[in-house]
Amino acid sequence: MSLTYHLQIVNLLAALLLLISFAMLSQRRIVGLITLFAWQGAALTLSTGLIAWSTGQHHLYYSAGLTLLLKVIGIPWFFFRLVKKLDVDRDVEPMINIPTTMLIGIVLVIFAFNLALPISQMSGTVMRSTLGIAMACVLLAFLMMITRSKAIPQIIGFLSIENGLFFAATSATYGMPLVVELGVALDVMVALFVLGIMSFQIRESFDSMDLKHMEKLKER
Amino acid sequence: MTETLNLPDLVHWAWAGVLYWLILGFSALLLQSRRRLLTRVIFPLGALGALFIAGVGAAGLVAPTSAIILPIGLPDLPFHLRLDALSAFFLVLLGGAAFGVTVYAAGYFRNMRAGPLGLLALWYHLFLAGMVTVLLADDAYAFMVAWEVMALSSYFLVTTDHKIPEIRRAGFLYLLIAHVGAVSLLLCFGVLQGGEGDYTFNTMRLAEIAPFWASVAYLLALFGFGAKAGLVPMHVWLPEAHPAAPSPVSALMSGVMLKTAIYGLLRVTFDLLNVQLGWWGTLALALGLLTAIYGVIFAAVQSDMKRLLAWSSIENIGIILAAFGLTLIFYTDGKGALAALTMTALLYHAINHAFFKGLLFIGTGSVLHATGERRMGHLGGLIRFMPWTAWLTLIGALAIAGLPPLNGFVSEWLLLQAFLLSPGLSQPYLNMVIPVAAASVALAAALAAYVMVKFFGVVFLGQPRDPALHHAHEASWAERLGMIWLAAGCVLLGLLPSQVIGWLAPVVTQLTGQALINDAPSASAWLMLAPVSAERASYAPLVFLAVVLTTLLLVYIWVRRVYHGRVRRADAWDCGYPEQDARMQDTAEGFGQPIRQIFEMFMRVERERPDPFDRHPRYTGASHDKLWFIVYEPIAKIVGWLSDQAGKLQHGRIQWYLIYSFATLIFLLVFVTR
Repeated sequence: MSLTYHLQIVNLLAALLLLISFAMLSQRRIVGLITLFAWQGAALTLSTGLIAWSTGQHHLYYSAGLTLLLKVIGIPWFFFRLVKKLDVDRDVEPMINIPTTMLIGIVLVIFAFNLALPISQMSGTVMRSTLGIAMACVLLAFLMMITRSKAIPQIIGFLSIENGLFFAATSATYGMPLVVELGVALDVMVALFVLGIMSFQIRESFDSMDLKHMEKLKER
Repeated sequence: MTETLNLPDLVHWAWAGVLYWLILGFSALLLQSRRRLLTRVIFPLGALGALFIAGVGAAGLVAPTSAIILPIGLPDLPFHLRLDALSAFFLVLLGGAAFGVTVYAAGYFRNMRAGPLGLLALWYHLFLAGMVTVLLADDAYAFMVAWEVMALSSYFLVTTDHKIPEIRRAGFLYLLIAHVGAVSLLLCFGVLQGGEGDYTFNTMRLAEIAPFWASVAYLLALFGFGAKAGLVPMHVWLPEAHPAAPSPVSALMSGVMLKTAIYGLLRVTFDLLNVQLGWWGTLALALGLLTAIYGVIFAAVQSDMKRLLAWSSIENIGIILAAFGLTLIFYTDGKGALAALTMTALLYHAINHAFFKGLLFIGTGSVLHATGERRMGHLGGLIRFMPWTAWLTLIGALAIAGLPPLNGFVSEWLLLQAFLLSPGLSQPYLNMVIPVAAASVALAAALAAYVMVKFFGVVFLGQPRDPALHHAHEASWAERLGMIWLAAGCVLLGLLPSQVIGWLAPVVTQLTGQALINDAPSASAWLMLAPVSAERASYAPLVFLAVVLTTLLLVYIWVRRVYHGRVRRADAWDCGYPEQDARMQDTAEGFGQPIRQIFEMFMRVERERPDPFDRHPRYTGASHDKLWFIVYEPIAKIVGWLSDQAGKLQHGRIQWYLIYSFATLIFLLVFVTR
């Protein structure tokens, strides 16, 4: 009985993840976006920990710990500092207006659930039904990257894709081997550094973080 | 190589020559900073390699076919090499011409900067090694690899002076056409293997291919090798690449590389394909004649030495190809003796062209070195300042003009004999075409003589058109040695045709099934050449030479001794020009004017006439290749338009790029769940 109880909480957290994804899609301010990203990380940590406890997969504890350290504390802190330093906390003007984006997002969620149906039937884990949510998170984060024109929201979108993939991995196969997990964590760190440095460079070269200025960088 | 105590097969020796050149090339790269070492050691050693290859080829003409499988290349795809009479003949051609050119190169490059020279030496030897491997290859894979090595190394040789935009442009054009041709060859080999999935030439020889697919393979080969050889309309790279390349490289490309394309065409048509159709020959004959006439007309209107020679190479390739077409016609018509005659003429002309065109190109190289000038309008009277170059070039010019007793005459004479001897062929339309074709060959040969009069006369005779020419210096000894070697080749090939034809016999027999019959009485066979039937025609070059020399001697004695000898030197009427200067001479443009008038339909002539009231009138005229505007510009426009369309994908907006990946992701996900 306790299994279903845990499962219900995990499902709730999954729903929360999806909700946060939508919230990120509609959030205009960068600081708000970072906060939401941290919350997403927190939900992820909690769900991973719960799965680890309920299934006895010990390596998932490490994954949860890593997520907490990186995605709830490390990265948001880094971003807050970046925003403060670059002084870019203004309203983000999305390319497509927010209601349209939300509608596209709903279509993507439906698509993701359709997509996940045959796959989750093959999967033997307790929480296969959340696979659709994980995929929807990935697609929504991708959509966010497309609709934003500033650098930092795009980086957050990129990291959020990683969140979705991580969730997909835990829900479909009880997470990846720890080595892979560590590798991914390291990748995220490196990506963060590269992107952070790039943001500074973009700012320095164009005096703005708007990626429109990079349109010049084509052949003709 | 180790299992027997006997000498290894010849093909091993040929491969050893390739490795030797590779080692030389890469050691040249290591010795980049030692200029003297490069010109005094590496190039002479490379020349010895060429001599060695020629020797292996000469031995291969009589030795039985030998083959090896080399354990290099991809897994399960080793290199197959094979040396038969056909390969051996082209090895002789390559080695013979490359020896002279490489000796010349040792002198020609002596003033080049050390760094680029090291690279050049690398590409040079790689180029030679690639060509030898093309001739030895016995599977499509090795052939294509060697073919590409040859194309790429020659591209880098052409663009030696890559800082000049026109040279980069010429190099690109060359590379482009070479690769279009290579793709066609790849497809050709794909058809030839006949679904066996095995790309050795042996499989291709045994594969039974339906006539339709055989025709497809033949057309692909004709296109692919034609692009390399300079067959109209794929000839456009030649007049651009040859002036761009350093002269020894032009000499090698024109003299030897074009012949590898001829080799490939012979190999595919007569060896790998198991059926030959008559219309293939008619097509090749028509294209060859068109190429010959087209080339020689444009050669006549050029005013740049090397461009003129490049167009003349196109003409010669046209003649070789016409001979090829005629051979096919006779061969498929069952006229073995005549097929053997034209095949002999073809091979003879190929080796002749290697020698005299090599000689002419390096001759212009010496002129270029001495004067820094390629435009004929700025040259003239050089025979007084560089007599060695002038006289040696004269031998080449006479040979290419087809004058007896030099070598150009023999091959063109043989070819014309084949036309004249051709009795009733089984197709009536061919019987009507053959006389026209013979007339075209004669026209091309005559115009070639005209071109050479222009070339030699404007550059070496008359008065210098530029005061700086008085300081022109004679070529160095290494350069002269190279020219002497090639000139000697021209003379010997011209004087000893019966012997040469004897050497060619195994090749001709391999390809057409029978050798050329020398119908001269056996006692005088070494002296006289009489193809097929002695009653019809015969030629004894040594006798001819003796008559020429005797006549010269008699005239000399008559003028100097018997005639009263009271020569009075005085100004005559001066033809009304008491003050004659260099500008009154006929120019290259002026000499070509009649041809330009007669054949204006082939070219687009741009003239700019001066205003009648202009105090400083300037007249400019340029003739362009019409095919460039008819064929190449539309293709270039279409390709440009397509790439513009593809270029629209690149917005520079990161969102669009993300949408591309997003759409791809969605598409793949849909695809996966299907």
